[in-house]
Parts: sequence; C-alpha cells; structure tokens
Amino acid sequence: MARYIAGRIGYLIITLFIIASFTFLLMQLLPGSPFNSEKLTADQIQILKHEYNLDDPIPIQFIHYIGGMLHGDFGVSFTYDGRPVSDLIVHRIGPSATIGFEAVVFGTIVGLLLGIIAALKRNTYIDYLAMFIAVLGISIPSFVFAGLLQYYIGVKLEWLPIAFWGGFKFHIMPAFSLAVGVIANIARFMRTEMLDVLGQDYIVTATAKGLSKASVIFKHSVRNAMIPIVTILGPMVVGIMTGSLVIEQIFAIPGIGDQFVNSITKRDYPMIMGTTLLFSILFLVVILIVDILYGVIDPRIRLGGGRKS
Amino acid sequence: MSVVNDNITLDMFQPAQISADESDRISAPSIGFWKDAWLRLRKNKAAVVGLFFIVLIVIMAIVAPMLSKYGIDDQDVVNRQNLYPRIPGLEWLGFDGKDSTGMDTYELNGVKQNFWFGTDELGRDIWVRVWAGTRISLIIALIASIGDCLIGVAYGGISAYYGGLVDNVMQRVIEILAGIPNLVLIILFILWLGGGMTSIILALIISGWIGMARIVRGQVLKLKNQEFVLASRTLGSSDQRIIWKHLIPNVLGQIIITLMFTIPGAIFFEAFLSFIGLGIPAPAASLGSLNQAGFENLQIYPYMALFPALILSILMISFNLLADGLRDAFDPRMRK
Amino acid sequence: MDKLLEIKDLQVTFKTYAATVQAVRGVNLTVNKRETLAIVGESGSGKSVTSKAIMGLIPNPPGKITGGEILFEGTDLTKLSERKMQKYRGNEISMIFQDPMTSLNPTMTIGKQIAEGLRKHQGLSKSEARKRAVQLLDLVGIPNPQVRVKQYPHEFSGGMRQRVVIAIALACNPKLLIADEPTTALDVTIQAQILDLMKDLQAKMDTAIILITHDLGVVANMAHRVAVMYGGKIVETGTVDEIFYRPKHPYTWGLLSSMPKLHTRQSELLAIPGTPPDLANPPKGCPFAARCPHAMKVCTEFMPDYSDVSDTQQVACWLQDERAPKVEPPETIGVGGRTR
Repeated sequence: MARYIAGRIGYLIITLFIIASFTFLLMQLLPGSPFNSEKLTADQIQILKHEYNLDDPIPIQFIHYIGGMLHGDFGVSFTYDGRPVSDLIVHRIGPSATIGFEAVVFGTIVGLLLGIIAALKRNTYIDYLAMFIAVLGISIPSFVFAGLLQYYIGVKLEWLPIAFWGGFKFHIMPAFSLAVGVIANIARFMRTEMLDVLGQDYIVTATAKGLSKASVIFKHSVRNAMIPIVTILGPMVVGIMTGSLVIEQIFAIPGIGDQFVNSITKRDYPMIMGTTLLFSILFLVVILIVDILYGVIDPRIRLGGGRKS
Repeated sequence: MSVVNDNITLDMFQPAQISADESDRISAPSIGFWKDAWLRLRKNKAAVVGLFFIVLIVIMAIVAPMLSKYGIDDQDVVNRQNLYPRIPGLEWLGFDGKDSTGMDTYELNGVKQNFWFGTDELGRDIWVRVWAGTRISLIIALIASIGDCLIGVAYGGISAYYGGLVDNVMQRVIEILAGIPNLVLIILFILWLGGGMTSIILALIISGWIGMARIVRGQVLKLKNQEFVLASRTLGSSDQRIIWKHLIPNVLGQIIITLMFTIPGAIFFEAFLSFIGLGIPAPAASLGSLNQAGFENLQIYPYMALFPALILSILMISFNLLADGLRDAFDPRMRK
Repeated sequence: MDKLLEIKDLQVTFKTYAATVQAVRGVNLTVNKRETLAIVGESGSGKSVTSKAIMGLIPNPPGKITGGEILFEGTDLTKLSERKMQKYRGNEISMIFQDPMTSLNPTMTIGKQIAEGLRKHQGLSKSEARKRAVQLLDLVGIPNPQVRVKQYPHEFSGGMRQRVVIAIALACNPKLLIADEPTTALDVTIQAQILDLMKDLQAKMDTAIILITHDLGVVANMAHRVAVMYGGKIVETGTVDEIFYRPKHPYTWGLLSSMPKLHTRQSELLAIPGTPPDLANPPKGCPFAARCPHAMKVCTEFMPDYSDVSDTQQVACWLQDERAPKVEPPETIGVGGRTR
C-alpha cells in the first residue's frame, strides 16, 4: 500500500511538472505581452521587463519559475497592480470554495437519495421520473439553470438576491446551479450500483437472516453500492471547477472562477497559469485521495493487496 | 381429491407416442447483432424521441439559414432593433412581439413582417443566427468527436494489439495526460492557438481522445481473451470471421456509444468556451456565443437567451437520451 | 412423527413481460421434526421456488404466491405480514444457498454477518453476539475462530465460506434448515466434508432439513425421505429406500437411469430425451407426458391423482390406474445403485 501511494505521488509530481513546463512554454509562445501598450516607450517596456525578470534567458526564467512554484510563488499579476498571483488566489478562494463545497454536499446527498429511491422503485413511475430529472441535469448546461433561476427567482419573483456575494441567501442559487450536475451524475451512478447490489446473492442471505427491510437496504445494499461512488469524485470536482467559471460570472461572485475568466479576457498570463496549476493540483490531489480512500473503504482491496481492474 | 371423471374412457389408456419434437424447436428465428440492436433501440421511446429531435434540429440547421432572406450579420439598428419574438398562432404563449411593459415593439418600429425569435441589439434576425449557430456548434462537435474517435481507436487498438512494452509505455503516457483536467488543457490550447473554429476543434480533440483510447483498449483486451472467441477459434473459424463477426460488432458498439456521449460533451464545451470569452469570434455565431450574448441581456431582453438556451438544451438532452438508448440496445445482456 | 412443516396445494406464479409462468402448481409436502427431506428434480422444476416460498423470499413483483398454505407448526406463513415473517426467517427457519462465493457480503466481517441474526432474534449485546459467533465458527469446524471472526469473506476459501454460511444459518438454532444445492458449487472433496458437517450438526441440534438438489448421490447420503418434482408438481414421494429401490413414476425411473453407476460398465449415460414443459403454457395433463416412454392418451388430457403405494410412498401417474397396462421399471435404474 505504501509503495502504491509513493508511486502515485511520483506520477502526480511528473504530471504537475509537465503541466508547469507546458504553461511556461505557452507564456513564451503566446502572442502579445502585457506591455504592448502603445503608450509605453521601448525604454519603459525594457524597464518593466527587467522588473519582472523577463529579460533573462528562457532557461533561467524557467528555473526561476519552477523554483518559485515550489515556494508557492506563481509570479505577479500583470493587471492587478503587480500583486502576487498566490495572494490574489488566496484572497479569492473563499467564495469559490464555499459554493463548491455546498454544491458537492447538497448534490451528493440529493443524488444518493434519488438514486436509491429509483433503484428500490425500479421500473415504476417514481424511477422514470427520477431518471428523467437526472437526464435533464446531465444534459442542460449549468449556465442555463443559473439563467433560469436568476431570471425567475431573482428578477421576477425577487425571492433571492440576483447576484453578488453576501450571506447564505447569496449562496443558494449559485450553489444549486452547480449542484444540478452533481445530483444527476450521482443519482444515475447510484441507481446502477444499487440495482447491481440488490441483485447479489448476499442480499438474499441478509433477508434470509430475518433482518428488517431497512437493515438490508442500508447496512448491506447502500453501504456496498456507495463504495464505487468515490470514483466519480474526480470528474465531479472538474465539473464543479468548470461550472464555477461560468456560474461565478453570471452571479458576479468574487471567486477564483470569475477572476480566471477576467484574466483570460485581459490575457493576464501569470494569473492564468497560476490558476491553471491550482486547478491541476486540486484535481490530482482529489484523484489521489479517491484512490487511497477506495482502498480504505473496500476491504477486498485493502487486505487483498491487489487492485480491482 | 379423487377424480370421478366420466370423460376418462378405457381407450385413453392405450400407449400413445407423443412427439417431443414440438418442445425442442427454437421458437424465434435468430436475429443479427445490428438488427437486434436496432429493434431494441426502436422500442426505447426516449431514444426515439431523442433521435427525432436530433434529425429535426440538424435539418433546421442546414435549411433554415438558407431559406431566410436575412444573413447572419444583416444589421439594421434603425428599423428593427430589439424586436421581441412574434410567432403567428403562438401569441398566447407570449410570442406576440410585446415587451414587458406591454408595448408592441413592432408597432413602435413600424415593422410589418414577423421575426419568430425576435432581433438582437444590432437588428439581426435571431432565427437565422440561432440556426446558423446550431450548425457551427454541430460541425464543431461532429468533427471533434470523429477526431477523438480516430485517434482513440488507433491509440487504443495499437496499445492493445501489440501489448507488452508498447502497451506499457502508451498506458503510462495516457495516465499522465489523464491527470491534466480537460478544462485546463482546452483553455491552454485555445490561448495558444487563438480563438476560432479550428482551434476549438483541435483543443477538444486533444482533451477528448483519451477516453476513447481507454475504452477501445479495454474492449479489445477483454474480447481477445474471451471464451466465445476461443470457442469460435476451436470450431475452426478463420481470423477474418472472428474479427468481423465477434470483435468488430462488439468494439464498434462501444465506439458508437462513446461517440454519442462525446458529441453532447463537445457541444457543451463549445458553449462553455464562448462564456469565458474563448469562443467563436464575432460576428459569426455559435450556440455558445448566442447563449452568452443572451445572458448578458437577460434582465432587459430575456427572449434573447430563451431560444439559444432552448435549442442547446434540447440538443444536449436528445443526444444523451439517444446515447443511453444505444448503450442499452448494444448491451447483449439486455437481449431477451 | 411430529409434523413440523406442511405445505398444502402451494401455487407460485411469476409475471414476465411475455407471459405468466406457473412455477409451482399445487405442491403438497410434509416435513417432520428432525428428518431430512430431499427435493429432487431438474432445473426449472420448481424446487428452488418452493423453498423460497417457505422463506417468504419470492420477489414480489414479479413473483406471487397465488394459492395454498404453508403451515409451520400450525401457523400459515403465507398469511403473515412481512414484519412477522422476519421473526421466522433466520430464527425458526434458515436457509443456505448454492454459491458460497457470492452469498456473503464482501464488505462486512464474518463475525458481524453471523452476529446480525443473533442480535435481531435473540437480543444479544454486541459482545455476547461476538462471543457466540466465535463459538459457531468453532462448531462448523473453522480453525482459529478468534482471528477468523474479524476477517472478510475474500480471506476464506469456498469450502470455508460455505461453513460460514452454515454457521449463519444455524446461529439461532432453527427448527428447519433449507439447503438449496449446498454443495453444487464446491469441489467434490469439499462436498463430502460439508455434507458430513450438516449431518453432524443436524444430530447435535435436532434440526429438520429440506435438501434441494439434483444430485442423487447427495440424496442417498443425506435424506430420509425424497420428493421428486417435475414441471412445478411433485410426481412422487417416498422414503429414500422406496424411491431408490421401488420407484413407481417413469420420471423417477429416468432420473435413476441417468445416474452414472460404478459397478456396471456403461458406454454412455442415459439421458431423458426432450425438454421440460414450458410453464408459461403448462400442459393440461401430466407434465411428463411429452417425454414419457409409457405415455397414454389420458396422460395428455388429465393430471393423474396421487395414489398410495405404501403409507409413506405416493405417486401421481396414470400407470397406477387399474385400467392402464402393466409396465415394469427399466433395468437401467440400477436397483442397488446407491453410492453408499
């Protein structure tokens, strides 16, 4: 197990290095520089370049870049008055993390319930309804949901604030918009897993012991069906990150996603690269945790040593 | 429970040879793989509805812009700016050309004809723009998905076919690439290549082929060692027959299913890119850029977001329903 | 002998998309205390469905008990609510299943799986149940039970898992144990061990056993009485000696003939030609008529009644009717072909 984890961390570092090199390379290749403004003279550009260490040879810049990264230094933003990228990210991470977390928790709970109910009532109208909701959730982009909510609940009914950041009232619509995809994916996955487990012989054994229906469903079926759910955590986090870029824009939330989109429009490369790396690290760490977690909660893997292919 | 039955006569106790052949007959004729899949797909109402809407939207995307007298960039800020949708016969649904205050935007501007989906702030016909945008989105999704498919099948096939060291190296490469979130890969590529259709397609292919490669490799490896292939070989089938009768139908089914799930994914990403300012540049339209423009005007002119969002959603739902249906239809375990 | 279980005219149907399958069509059975009754028959004869019906484990939908009574010590189990039935399951009546590889929950320790029933039915505390689980593992012959009780099913071999399954079934000293092909999925050498264990435990615990099998060797080894099922009906019942030495039904003859024998040289095994009836459209008369070498016209038209051959042997066959021609059983049934 320890060897396996060490190997996985090795992969993580290689992947991150590749991403970092790629982002660095892109910065060199990209057309345009933040100092291409016509107002600046050649001398001024030179001074600025020197200030940002952009006049060093490229390999030296690369070493600086990677070295800085290891210290949590992702360079300085071109647009936000030269503030360090890491500062800006830390400053903005709160709202993004909050709605992301709320969406994951709410989406997972609702999704699990929907999936369990659909499986227990399979081939009834309840099942069909739950799965139709799931198809809608998977198909309809989160920004369409966000738009619908914003227009009807925010603009027309005025039940919730249309946008901006504040107390819990401000979280509801953006978190729900993000959660829709989570609900749909988890519900579908859980239904399949539940049906699979419910068809297993050990469920009959459990029933034959005289256990109550609730015991059979929760202790034997749901527990086992939930184990593979952790595998979709990785894609789910990417889904939330993707969604947050758009949702934060629509609801004007001062989070990382909103900042990222702004830095793309303004071609603020250090900011783009910093956020990109942050997203990559987040994703890699999540899939690493998922893999380890899977080994912990499934005794077949934990003690068997080998992994299920 | 003794039976006193007058119907039982002595002659009924003569030995009688009853034919057992009846019960041995196979009741249904055998049906080929593709025909069987098609029959099952046809029974799936949701998939049929999905297929119907896909066909309808594709036809509209091809035909509607050609039949309209307006081009996608025909502006007229003087005479027909921000006209609300007016569809004869559907006035009761709110498509009566009146704005939120009840003013008839057509009367105000003295416009006689109907704009079914309304016009935008530059006076362009949204009907034309929506269908032309749908066309662009569909083309992007289709080419990207086919690209995914070609690279993925080649990569996965080679990896599984050669096995050993080749497979090992190729899988390590995939493992590292899979560690990079799609989102990041696509954004970096478009920043590098610049906006536009080609770079969007390339970015989608670069981030999308890995899934297909993994599925193809998995399928080929699984099938290579499966007992029915061995059984068929034992019965003297030629390699040709095994490949065409066993491997291709099974792998192809999986490829088609994956392709069907990739298309809506690509449509979504195109729309998403427009939202973060990396989409198709103006004045060309895609479903994404139309949605984005609509959302910017959501509070003042909600109709501008309505139709692009509606078509985008219907398209995504239809592809997902069809893909679900295909998955069930191709799954041999579902065969009754 | 005391009757423990009496099944009267049990009928079970399954609704599928295409048709309604009458899996069990009027089964009558008695199980006495402490005895072993074997139900034999080929796949689809209704023997497993009958046993699931006793446990109240017919999945509904699609299955349903459409008629008859299952009297366990005088209580009709078919009339009980789900909650009341739970008091019988695993407590008064237990079941062991065919495949030990799949009949244990892979993510729960063996100890917990044994303890569950004990805690539910006997109200034991956690530690009491754990102690009892260790005793049970010891009882079913699992070495080192203190350690094994904390392990997961994948750490056990097939034979050991079946011992665990037996321990779970016997945890609450049930009066009736239903064993649905308990050895089919095991290696031959392990089979004998498991059967010996069951016999041994039956003697210790005074349990009655319903043994469902298609292996006549197992029947000869284990059973006191035998019920032969075909096409959702019982066609013949009798003591094990009666069924092996004086069988009356042509289907029983066919079953015995198809059993390989050691002391005679056979160039090939004798199979019963044809296939079982389609229970979605069950035949009007005797279900075996279509495959019976002695079939008469009456067989296809009317279901024969049970006739008593002895106090303990009943058979449903028109050949027993006085009007029928006298037919002798074929020699291939190999009288004396018992394996032990």
